[in-house]
Amino acid sequence: MKTDDLIAALSNNVEPVDRRLVGRTVAIALGLALVAALGLVFAGLGVRADLATPRAVTFLFLKLAFALGTVGAASVYLTRLARPGGERKISLGLAALPFGAIMLLAAISLGQAPSSHWDRMVMGDQWLECLISVPIIAIMPFAVVIWAVRKAAPTNLVQAGAFGGLVAGGVSTVAYALHCTDDSLPFVALWYGGTIVLCTLAGAVLGPRLLRW
Amino acid sequence: MTTAENELKQLMLASQDGDAAAHRALLERLSRHLRAYYKSKLARTGRGAAEAEDLVQEAVLAIHLQRHTYDPAQKLTPWVHAVARYKLIDFLRRTRASRADVPIDEADDITAHDDHVGAESSFDVRRLLKQLPANMQCAIAAVKLDGLSVAEAAQRCDMSESSVKVSIHRGLKALAALIARRTEP
Repeated sequence: MKTDDLIAALSNNVEPVDRRLVGRTVAIALGLALVAALGLVFAGLGVRADLATPRAVTFLFLKLAFALGTVGAASVYLTRLARPGGERKISLGLAALPFGAIMLLAAISLGQAPSSHWDRMVMGDQWLECLISVPIIAIMPFAVVIWAVRKAAPTNLVQAGAFGGLVAGGVSTVAYALHCTDDSLPFVALWYGGTIVLCTLAGAVLGPRLLRW
Repeated sequence: MTTAENELKQLMLASQDGDAAAHRALLERLSRHLRAYYKSKLARTGRGAAEAEDLVQEAVLAIHLQRHTYDPAQKLTPWVHAVARYKLIDFLRRTRASRADVPIDEADDITAHDDHVGAESSFDVRRLLKQLPANMQCAIAAVKLDGLSVAEAAQRCDMSESSVKVSIHRGLKALAALIARRTEP
């Protein structure tokens, strides 16, 4: 077939397109991801019993600030990565900023505590539950976010997959924070940060397979 | 900003708004740039002009299908380059060439040259169309090949107008996938 014939055919009855579709689809996916993660935590794990106490509220606020900061930056970049050439407009430093902040706070908190408390502060009561729950809660959010990116045309599939994993991991920790009673900054930095990084790596590995177009 | 970038961007904005003449002019101009781009890249990996033409048509189809992903706040040239390069890497990977063969290039490479010498690609859209579900075949043949309006096509294919539009979009996507799969090892 001649290229000119193909172009003539494609130019018959050209429909207007919606320029905001990519952003809107990612935003919808983000909403659905949050609903799925919160639903799983409410139904499966339950909200922490002491949620009304000031200490619980303070730590919940800190955990949510970290998790939502991660989700916010990552979803802005994911929307860019969903478009061809979007990888030129990505700042990995900015995406890692919440991680840097929480690690700094964790280090300060460790520095102020006697070293005999360190083990307890880092490992908490439920590190294993956190390590297992966050990636499991992230599965549905990851699927929805990947569905949204597949509606567009990413040209760097490793990065797009990684940011999909980052968003999913972040959303998952937002929901998990409502259940988790381990209130120490080193715990949040290691186990929340670490599981989000795991989700990001999984996304980077799966991206090229799931996002081809 | 170069004049090529400005002119192409204006055409793309009009095309996104549904201007058929601008869409055609855009695809015609981009196809010449794409031809020059692919010929020069494939020459370095020892491949011929027919393969370059297949890639030109894959990229033209991709640009048509994905034009909603172009963000007017950005330049158009890097967007076109990203699509062209993605299709090139995908093609080289499908044909078992190593990615190391892909030369490093800049976004401006895409509009640096023009090549009018169109060749025939190695596939026939009408024949590939026969592999699609009947409703997609009918909608694409009516609107894109025979030039009917969406309303006329809806009557001929016995579908609603909105399902004609959806069938065309899905059908062209399926067609693009068929074209890509032909060269799968």
